[in-house]
Amino acid sequence: MSESKCVHCGADNGNAPVVWNEKAFCCQGCSTVYQILNENQMGNYYRIQPMSGIKVITDTQSGKFAYLENDEIRLKLLDFSDETVSKIRFFIPTIHCASCIWLLENLSKLDNAIRYSSVNFPKKEVTITFDHNKLSLRKLAELLTAIHYIPEITLDQLEKSHGNKSDQNLLIKIGIASFSFLNIMMYSFPEYLPGGDLLEKDFKNIFGWLSFILILPVVFYSSLDYYLSAWKGLKHKIISIDLPISLGIIALFLESSWVVFHNGGIGYMDSLAGLLFFLLIGKWYQSKTYEALSFERDYKSYFPVAVTRIVDGSEEIIPIKNLRKGDRIVVRNQELIPTDSFLLNGNGQIDYSFVTGESVPVAKKLNDFIYAGGRQIGSSIELVVDKEVEQSYLTQLWNQTNEKDKEISLNTHVNKVSQYFTIVILIIATLAFAFRLTTSLELAVYVFASVLIIACPCALALTIPFTFGSTMRIFGRQGLYLKNTDVIEQLYKTDTIVFDKTGTITLNRQIKTAFHGQKLTESEIIEIQSVVRNSNHPLSKALYDNLPKSTLFSIQNYEEHLGLGIRALVNEKEIKLGSPLFISADVSNESFTESRVYLSINDIQKGYFSFANTYREGLQQLISKLSQNYELHLISGDNDSEKERLHEIFGNKTNIHFNQSPSDKKQYINLLRSSGKHILMIGDGLNDAGALSSSHVGLTIADDVFSFSPACDAIMEASKFEKLINFIHFSHTAFKVIKASFFISLTYNIIGLLFAVSGNLAPIVAAILMPLSSITVVSFVTISISFLASRKLK
Amino acid sequence: MSAILFLIVIGIIVAAGFLLIFIWAVKSGQYDDSYSPSVRMLFDNEESIPDKEEPLKKKS
Repeated sequence: MSESKCVHCGADNGNAPVVWNEKAFCCQGCSTVYQILNENQMGNYYRIQPMSGIKVITDTQSGKFAYLENDEIRLKLLDFSDETVSKIRFFIPTIHCASCIWLLENLSKLDNAIRYSSVNFPKKEVTITFDHNKLSLRKLAELLTAIHYIPEITLDQLEKSHGNKSDQNLLIKIGIASFSFLNIMMYSFPEYLPGGDLLEKDFKNIFGWLSFILILPVVFYSSLDYYLSAWKGLKHKIISIDLPISLGIIALFLESSWVVFHNGGIGYMDSLAGLLFFLLIGKWYQSKTYEALSFERDYKSYFPVAVTRIVDGSEEIIPIKNLRKGDRIVVRNQELIPTDSFLLNGNGQIDYSFVTGESVPVAKKLNDFIYAGGRQIGSSIELVVDKEVEQSYLTQLWNQTNEKDKEISLNTHVNKVSQYFTIVILIIATLAFAFRLTTSLELAVYVFASVLIIACPCALALTIPFTFGSTMRIFGRQGLYLKNTDVIEQLYKTDTIVFDKTGTITLNRQIKTAFHGQKLTESEIIEIQSVVRNSNHPLSKALYDNLPKSTLFSIQNYEEHLGLGIRALVNEKEIKLGSPLFISADVSNESFTESRVYLSINDIQKGYFSFANTYREGLQQLISKLSQNYELHLISGDNDSEKERLHEIFGNKTNIHFNQSPSDKKQYINLLRSSGKHILMIGDGLNDAGALSSSHVGLTIADDVFSFSPACDAIMEASKFEKLINFIHFSHTAFKVIKASFFISLTYNIIGLLFAVSGNLAPIVAAILMPLSSITVVSFVTISISFLASRKLK
Repeated sequence: MSAILFLIVIGIIVAAGFLLIFIWAVKSGQYDDSYSPSVRMLFDNEESIPDKEEPLKKKS
């Protein structure tokens, strides 16, 4: 039984599995879910994918979703509601497999008030239509929680209406372009065949007219984005790649229209429609991003939706934006402090780990000022609101960082190339025009237009989306998720890397302990373990996890003194653990900065446990590799207790700074920036938010990429940390591919130009050359990127 | 001659019909999620509902 896996979630069952019906579960929660599903004959859940369940790590208390009874909140969350049914969309980050889809789409079997439910897997959302007279929204959320699919409801869901209209518009543009492309192709085809000249004049005219009608939506709708972007570039005095594309489109359209109305025939309509079709496909390929990940999160997606307020002695739940100065609120165990306030009642143990990176909770006394963003641990507390949510310290921190001072990618490589390209093309076109003017005006205009047409950098414009698009997909498969493809270019330019310490290079929840003092006997160690087991304090938990597993003793008279320590009787010995003050230890001539827990047994001082961070695996190797080519910096919000160890890892060249507040970090990055450095900042929490948004690439390390992370450019799975250098190196590889591909597409352009300048650009040449160059370039870059990735990114 | 003209008109009407269907499909959100339907179609319809396991009773 000892090596068994939980039937529900597949976790190790440990020594004492919970057994129900001869099946072993790792915990009571998993067993309960199994029983619920079994009761409703939903055992298929385990057949589709064995052990697909979700293990619940944090305990959820029953009142968690009480705020869903508040009408104001409820109506804002609902997508739709009439007299009988309501429709709601929940974001459930734990959706992960086929079984999840099956279960969530068969919710109606669990409760017949649920009419219909469907899952959007990439977004990790479930949309549920239910009868709200039979099942309240709160009950629904609690039902999902009972089967361990806990919906995440945050403040920004209340305010933002989600939807991806632009994605749909792009698809429609592609649809229209392909429709026109295929039909015009059909009309153009006879002309390309031997004997095409024999086609009757009437037919030529009809085909021309039809093509002209079909091209109109392509020119005036599908290619709208290119004109807009070219115009935007010109306003900022940049010649972007979209300018020669727009010129090409317009030249193609005018030249072909002239052919249709003047000569009879089709001109280059097929090439034009095909060009747009390929370009838009490239755009679509590039825009495919990670829908379930959010790179734009602000405090609103971190904050709860509602808070419990006390009015005249009775509790009521209100949306947090309705909080006013002077309101009294209740914050329970594991709940977030929504705004800056004073402690009125209760024992404040505030965990600021996400805001400051500090993993040990801060004890607060009555009337102490408490900043927003911390999490209360332990019993519930009462607070008096001092500032409204919009004005709290944390919100200010966000708003400060929000004015993103990232310039639009002015100096991207493509734009540089396209600048020269456009100028050269315009010169060639003008020269050819002037030269041909001696023959006839008509020929001169024709040559001018031909040069613009054939020089339209279709292949060039496809290189970037396909190279970066493939790179981004491959990175995603390897655990690095980029916000968009521009990040690859920024990564390539990086010359300076700044690390945050806590949570970034150290493991958040794993703390190493060491004992200093008189040697402890084996039974004493077990006695200590028996005592700390009863405490929820993170240091107690760390201590418990670090001591060897053994059979515990029973304890008596357990007492926990918040902010001081714990004491209990074990085997008739009094064990006290806590601050020096608590065990009356004399430490007056010792000054220390690390976290320590002192121990006394029967009032005899034994020594202390010290707590040190564990560094991520492979850190040493990564740093030594990176330091060869990059300038490294380390900024930490913590004190300098680990200075020596860090210098050992990072070497003496690295600049290491301690005690940096969030705004210090941001300023530090700005200072580096102003000295011309190109910065990659690696952080993890809200305290790094400012620094992340100020740097060229802000990269967040996350153990669970779907949980909250501050606004950034890239999110990396923590387990892939040591591979960071491979990713950076691969961005260089991607650029080599781009250069090779630029060379190929320029070769095509030169061949085309030779045709154009000599005045021989027959429609069939354009019809062959333009798609051919696009296809060559697209297949070249996608094949070479995936080939190189399979060799370099293993 | 007129037969070809007729065919051209028919062809474009049919193609336009498909285009409209495509636009409708996009607008109704069918392209928003391309993963879930591929899994959903593999689920069995009600045929093999596993029997409810009754909690084992102690043999008397």
